[in-house]
Parts: sequence; C-alpha cells; structure tokens
Amino acid sequence: MIFLRRQLPLLITLVTGLLFAAQYYVPHPASEQMLTSATKWLQIVGGFALILGVTSLFHQHAVKIRRQEAGWGYSLVLYVGMLGTIAVGLWTNGKESVEGTMTAFGWIYNYMMVPLQGTMFAILAFFIASAAYRSFRAKSREAAVLLVAAVIVMMGRVPLGEYLIPLSGDVSSWILNVLNSSVRRAILIGVSLGAVALSFKIIFGVERSYLGGGKE
Amino acid sequence: MPLEMIVGAWVATGLTLLIFSFLYKDNPLFKLAEHLYVGVSVGYVIVKTYDTVIVHLVVKPIVENGEIALLIPVAIGMLMLTRYVPKAAWMSRYAFAFIVGMGAGLAIPRTVSSFILKQVEDTIRPLLSMTGSDGVTFSMNLLNPASHLNAIIIFIGVSSVLFYFFFSIEHSGVGKAVARTGILFLMISFGAGFGYTVMARMSLLIGRLTDLIEFSDTSYGRPTVWLSLLTVGALFLLARRGREQPPDIH
Repeated sequence: MIFLRRQLPLLITLVTGLLFAAQYYVPHPASEQMLTSATKWLQIVGGFALILGVTSLFHQHAVKIRRQEAGWGYSLVLYVGMLGTIAVGLWTNGKESVEGTMTAFGWIYNYMMVPLQGTMFAILAFFIASAAYRSFRAKSREAAVLLVAAVIVMMGRVPLGEYLIPLSGDVSSWILNVLNSSVRRAILIGVSLGAVALSFKIIFGVERSYLGGGKE
Repeated sequence: MPLEMIVGAWVATGLTLLIFSFLYKDNPLFKLAEHLYVGVSVGYVIVKTYDTVIVHLVVKPIVENGEIALLIPVAIGMLMLTRYVPKAAWMSRYAFAFIVGMGAGLAIPRTVSSFILKQVEDTIRPLLSMTGSDGVTFSMNLLNPASHLNAIIIFIGVSSVLFYFFFSIEHSGVGKAVARTGILFLMISFGAGFGYTVMARMSLLIGRLTDLIEFSDTSYGRPTVWLSLLTVGALFLLARRGREQPPDIH
C-alpha cells in the first residue's frame, strides 16, 4: 500500500518530468504532437483544479450563511452574483456577443465586471500615493535614488511632466529601457536558476511538499 | 439609446461609486460591491473554463472526432476530487504528481534556453559587436537602447545585481563596490517600477472618471448625478447610525 500511496506518485513525477524535459530535444513530429496533446491534457486537468478551488469558496460562504455569522449577507451577495453569472453564461453558451450583438453574458462583463475591476484597481492609485508619501522620504542615498527614478518616470509618462521637464520623457525611456531592463534581466536569470533547481528537486523526489501531508 | 445600455450605465455607475466609497472609509456599500465583484468574477471564470475545457477540449473532440484518449486526463482530473473523500484522498496525489512532474519537465529546458542562455546572450552579444571586420566601433547615443554605451551599462547592471544576490562570496573590498552598484541599479529599477505602476493606476482612474462623466449625460438619465447623491446620502445615514449605536466590543 505504501508503494501506491507514496512511491507511485513519485514515480509518475519522475517519468513525466524526464519525458517532457527530453521532449524539447527531440525535433520529431511525434514529439511535437506529444507536446500538443500534453498541453491539452494539462488544461483539462487544470479545469478540475478549478473545481477544488470553487467548492472551497462555496463551502466557506455556505457555512457563513447557514450559521448567520457576521457579514453573512455579503456571502449571500457573492452567491447571487456567482450563480447569476453562471446561469446567464450557460444560457448564452459562454459567448459575450453573437454576430456583433451583445449577449446578457456580455452585458454582465461590460457593465459589471469591467467597472468593478477597473475601479478596484483605480483606487489603488490613492493608496499607492499615500504609501509613497510615508515611505518616499529620502532618508538615505538609496531611498533618494529610488525617489528620483520614480519621479522622473512618472513625469515622463504624462504630457504635463514632459512640458514641465522637457527631458523627462527621454530620461524616463532610458531608465525603463536600459537601467530597469538590466535589473529585470538579472532578476530573471536568478529566478530561472532557482526554478530549474526546484524542478530538478521535484523530478528526483527531493521536494515532495506538493503531495500534501498525511500519514503515508 | 437601447434600454440595455441605459440600464448598464446605471449599474456600472452605481458599482463604480460603491467601490469609490472606500476612499471615505471601509463601509457596507463597499463590502457589498466587493463581494459582488468576487462572485461575478468567479462565475465568469467558471463559465469560461466550462466553455473552453469541458465543451471545446473534452466533449466536442470526443463526440465529433472520437478522441477517446481524452478520457485519460478527465480521469486524472477526477482523481483530484478524491480530496473530498478522506479515505481515498491519497489518490489525488496521482493527479498532482502528473501536473507537477509535467510542469517541471516542461520548465527545465525552456527556462534554461529562454530565460538564462538567451538573456546572457543578449547581454554579451552587443559588446562583441563593437569589434567587427572594420576595426573597433563605439556608439555613444544613450537614447538608443542598442548603442554600445547602453550595452556596457546593461552589462554592468546585470553583473552587479547578480553579484549582489550571490552570497557565497563575502561582499568586501572590490566585491562591496560591485554589490553597492547592484543596489543602486536595484533602487532605480524599483523606483521606475513604482512610477510606472502609479501611472498605470492613474490611467485606470482616468478611465473610470471618463465613464462617470459620460454617464452624467441626459441621454442616460444622469445616473452619475443621482447615484452620487444616493451614495453620499447612504454613507451619511450609515455614519449617523454608527454614531448612535455603541461599538460592539465582544
């Protein structure tokens, strides 16, 4: 039983890992076909992972409603929004528009999701500004450099900034395209080295936390 | 003006104002819109996943093309749901092992190729292009990201930042100078990232305000004006009720 519960999953990881790592180096149509199929399989299995997440959300709010805990009315709103969207989406076959005409699902997307999402992220502008006020005091040389770079980039992104400081547009582009990209490149290399190391650890069974806990 | 657009304008304006009410303070109107946002977003993702995965990747290929092999990933996916049966929960490990193993296998060669070797190549190659068949050339134009001067700056930035995160060597002497250069590059990058994010959020804010201005038109029935008044009134009433009721300390 220990083989089925603990060793077989590790074997599956080892075999699939080595197989798909090797696939990259085999330039044969069959290998390409295998990658296409596997990507499709991954999407299908990923769809089931969504069920796990959604049922957890369903359960958490259902408990809140059943026990009438504080704020259970909001959970009810969440349920209504979710079930209403699902019902309308299934009714319109998941299409936002049919032959150029907006469907009810498209209406929900355009007049509910877009404004909600846009405003939710837009109010972050205010909080970022207040956070900047608190943290952007040039207490050290490094903080001053950060402050100056942020101000130049902000000025360079709007016509008023370019009008007030004519060079800010060019300097902003230079900071973003040269200085920023060099740092991003270095971080990408570092993160990738870590990702590759972690992938090897997973394939060879050193890292097993993805299997979850349990007695065996 | 079609009725669905008028109703849509009222709904969009109302929801926008409910979210904006958070700028005053955390309040029930904001929480209502927040929970509706989560509900609608999750519903949307469920419908899209159902349409993309179940309909287009599973049902149609099996029914129309007879691709029976697709039942294998369905079975693997079903194994995930055994998490809900404590005695059979261990079977979900097969599904996770498959996904994680495949993901790790796919990641190794692609990450090495695209995110390590290609990045190193793009850092080094512009420096090598300085020496060609017609001798050494050097372009100083800072505004051209492909100039040789910028190539040197990028090389210094990449090397110093990588060195800063390399802890196997003590950062002293020359190493300290290199690490400090790395910090300088990092700070500039963080500042640029912050400035860029702020402006992106500002652009979203301008978009929402543009919509509010558009919906204040008489053709929509002035939803911005009426709903703003309603929201302010509701916030006023909520604040008054909050003052009248003693805070619950339990």
